[in-house]
Amino acid sequence: MTTAAHGADREVVIIGSGPAGLTAALYAARANLRPLLIEGLEAGGQLMLTTMVENWPGFRDGIMGPDLMTEMRLQAERFGTEVVQGNVTAVDVRKRPFTITLEDGRTITTAALIIATGASARWLDIGSDRKLSGRGVSTCATCDGYFFRGKPIAVVGGGDSAMEEAVYLTKFASKVTVIHRRDTLRASKIMQDKAFKNPKIDFIWDSEVIDVADLEKGEVTSLVLRNIKTGETSHLAVDGVFIAIGHTPNTSLFKGQVELDASGYIVTGDGTRTNIPGVFAAGDVQDHVYRQAVTAAGSGCMAAIDAERYLEGLPSVDETTDLASNATV
Amino acid sequence: MASDKVKTFTDSNFDEETKQGVVLVDFWAEWCGPCRRIAPIVDQLATEYDGRAKIGKMNVDENPNVPTSRFHVRGIPTLVVLKDGELVDTIVGLVPKEDIVSAIEKHLG
Repeated sequence: MTTAAHGADREVVIIGSGPAGLTAALYAARANLRPLLIEGLEAGGQLMLTTMVENWPGFRDGIMGPDLMTEMRLQAERFGTEVVQGNVTAVDVRKRPFTITLEDGRTITTAALIIATGASARWLDIGSDRKLSGRGVSTCATCDGYFFRGKPIAVVGGGDSAMEEAVYLTKFASKVTVIHRRDTLRASKIMQDKAFKNPKIDFIWDSEVIDVADLEKGEVTSLVLRNIKTGETSHLAVDGVFIAIGHTPNTSLFKGQVELDASGYIVTGDGTRTNIPGVFAAGDVQDHVYRQAVTAAGSGCMAAIDAERYLEGLPSVDETTDLASNATV
Repeated sequence: MASDKVKTFTDSNFDEETKQGVVLVDFWAEWCGPCRRIAPIVDQLATEYDGRAKIGKMNVDENPNVPTSRFHVRGIPTLVVLKDGELVDTIVGLVPKEDIVSAIEKHLG
């Protein structure tokens, strides 16, 4: 077993359990690499926060996001993927084999690593929004919309997810005000049309949220807005605010070890390869362009194939004692 | 999983069930994806703290009063820790199990 795993506990470890991680696990398992997949805190990834997914090929009537992720996980497990719950607290890819530390203190060594840690919702960076999280500030309409039945709320952002959230929230809220920094939306035409023709949705253009009140009461009562063009500030009375201003890649574990771009995304080239031979990245953690479940799954498949080829090129343990210097493709 | 150790809190039994000792309440709903991730952790805690702290779940759909009126829950998953009926800690959103453990430990004598 040690020989098969090139002197490590595992041949391949995958961090992350969204479409990228689970597809990588499926392919690695079918290649007899007995992958270990570490779920991470936000197990199942962003699709766990959605309702109906209408653009996953093969489901013409759509499929619920959490159901799709359950199926993917069971499929990966069926072929021998071992899934570990919990979060990774440290990764060391400077030495071979690579070492991964889990939150319970356990460490695992691996010959190849697939990073599929995804991206998480961005906050406003004004402090008061995070402090009122769960008290009227939310980044998940499907989780929290229910609590705002018959109440006025706001959605911050101008992309597809902001429009999706706004439309979804009209099921509960008395009124939804979309606050956007520009005077046009970034969202796709189909989502814009849905939002514009919904009578419950209003727009405030060219404006940003500079504060969320009321910290003292511990709940959201209003927003302070600033018009970017005129500099004027105004107040908007709402019971809740949903933030949909994009995502940040979950790469803090790899800072200083794996090459990241200016926005913190992992840089990949020649498929899913990172600057460290044996470390591959798939899904939203390395993609700020497409960010779709199906593209994440596709790159997860690529990462598994890239990892398999990398492992095939490694010398077996009895041929060499110095893995570090020889571990290149 | 040993989910039989997890209490089910309701608007009607809440005061009686939580008036003594350290109690962890998990506010959840069927439609909440992230709540499904907290559920297995809550199950484990119920076994690990059996006899030391009471661990239970409260469905926000079925119980309109305690979650929203008393605890002002505006998002789930939300976990609260009570000691002798008093609110002593609130955890909002997904957190590692260790964070929940330390919130309980802090209030165990």
